[in-house]
Amino acid sequence: MYPHIHHQPDQPILDVQHLSVNYEGRGALENITFHLHAGERVAVVGPNGAGKSTLFKVVAGVLPPTSGEVKISGYSPRGHICIAYVPQRSQVDWRFPASVADVVMMGRIGQVGFFRWPRRADWDTVHAALEAVDMNSMANRQIGELSGGQQQRTFLARALAQEAELVLMDEPLNGLDTPSQEALLSLLDKLRQQKITVMVATHDLGQAASRFDRVMLLNHQLVRFGSPQDVLTSENLLRAYGGHAQLIQEADGTTTLADSCCDGEEEHE
Amino acid sequence: MNNLFNILIQPFSYDFMLRGLAASVIVGVVCAVVGVYVVLRGMAFFGDALAHAVLPGVALGYLLSGGSRNTLFWWALGAAVLVALAVGRISKHAEIREDTAIGILFASMFALGIALISTVRSYSVDLSHFLFGNVLGVSTRDLILTSVFGGVVLLTIFLFYKEFLVLSFDPVLAATLRLPSGLLNNILFVLMALTVSVAMQTVGVSLMVAMLVTPAATASLLTRRLWQGMAVSAAIGAFSAVTGLYLSYYFNIVSGSAIVLTATAIFLLVFLFQPHRGVVWKKR
Repeated sequence: MYPHIHHQPDQPILDVQHLSVNYEGRGALENITFHLHAGERVAVVGPNGAGKSTLFKVVAGVLPPTSGEVKISGYSPRGHICIAYVPQRSQVDWRFPASVADVVMMGRIGQVGFFRWPRRADWDTVHAALEAVDMNSMANRQIGELSGGQQQRTFLARALAQEAELVLMDEPLNGLDTPSQEALLSLLDKLRQQKITVMVATHDLGQAASRFDRVMLLNHQLVRFGSPQDVLTSENLLRAYGGHAQLIQEADGTTTLADSCCDGEEEHE
Repeated sequence: MNNLFNILIQPFSYDFMLRGLAASVIVGVVCAVVGVYVVLRGMAFFGDALAHAVLPGVALGYLLSGGSRNTLFWWALGAAVLVALAVGRISKHAEIREDTAIGILFASMFALGIALISTVRSYSVDLSHFLFGNVLGVSTRDLILTSVFGGVVLLTIFLFYKEFLVLSFDPVLAATLRLPSGLLNNILFVLMALTVSVAMQTVGVSLMVAMLVTPAATASLLTRRLWQGMAVSAAIGAFSAVTGLYLSYYFNIVSGSAIVLTATAIFLLVFLFQPHRGVVWKKR
């Protein structure tokens, strides 16, 4: 009863054509066109409220596009269960009565199917996913007892258990300390070997430049999409962030950005 | 010892007490299990509204059948399902906030119910039974209906356990897994409607929300997994029903209120004396 469309191998994993979304009366995304190849890692950068979450939800097939189209391996996202959306941590009810293993198993219920219970093989998949993110020792913890990095890794394990081929992560690095960020980023490196495509919304331009294949600069419109060197120029950043951006030219030539816009809009820990 | 035995056994030497006990335990368990979702999803107000909104349906049945109680269950069921699905729809196309919409609907339906019942002369006893329940009036037929529909509710929750789990925890995941979220939400609303209809005779519409929320809230303080919460909540619901009936028998208290007060006492005990607000439990 769960749909699962076979992929056309010659099609890009994600193909977005002239996508526009009006969300609650406002134009959230305007005329976005791009495509991704399997195994790519893309950082999506833009000011708060630029439409990053909206883009992810439309790609995941959770929100309908107002116009334009989204194709996952040649078909509409609504037929696929291979797209995983990892929410911002502030969007999750961490007091929910579920263990780490329970949350990861939630990703598999598409494969388990209606009126069935998870089988041994499903639990094996769950534990393999937890092993892959180094969380197996925490399998029976309640999710509220985890650190921020462990919470993100649990949700990444859920995406693996779902056998996702496209993983959309909404600001996963927010509020994590540097070692946790590093652990998560090196996990994303590993996913590349499995041809899993990853889109990550982030505020950290340094990480976007150093740890991702391509960078998408978004502010309702697609400002620029390409290699980090091409995209993260002062000129493009000023176009995306407008007057809110404060570019700081470091002594070693790198550019960091202080985003003074809209700090209260999203919850930062 | 013999004396205690007598105290425990004596009330149930009457058949109507035995039927009342069986009905209360079933209702206690069903309300407590459904209540876990009510607490998790913050639907307490919805549950309260649903219970009150059943009244005009019951009143209509009461008027049409000339005061007979036999068909009231079906009237309650019909009204509850209708209201549950209507509120589900309202919350989707919200021009006004959902809780405001529920507030308007709930009070007006309740008022309509009372208005209808009050057209009958000497209505006050029957009205109080609708509002506060009448455990001692449970007939064999009522008991069968209670068991069947209570069983349907528990079985459905069992069958859709993992889908309801995902839907309650992460609606976006439910959408990316292409679960039929709208249908599943409606099933959950209908389960609440069935629960309300089943519980009307025992606890009455006014106290229903306590049966839905209190045992589940107590269980949420003690457990960390959904199924554990359901088991503990059900046990508290059943225990409250039995204890409440004894209190009702020996102290001559209205049974619905005695059951609710027992559940509340358990909640307070757990709230106050649970080991270190979670620390001890979480260490394990």
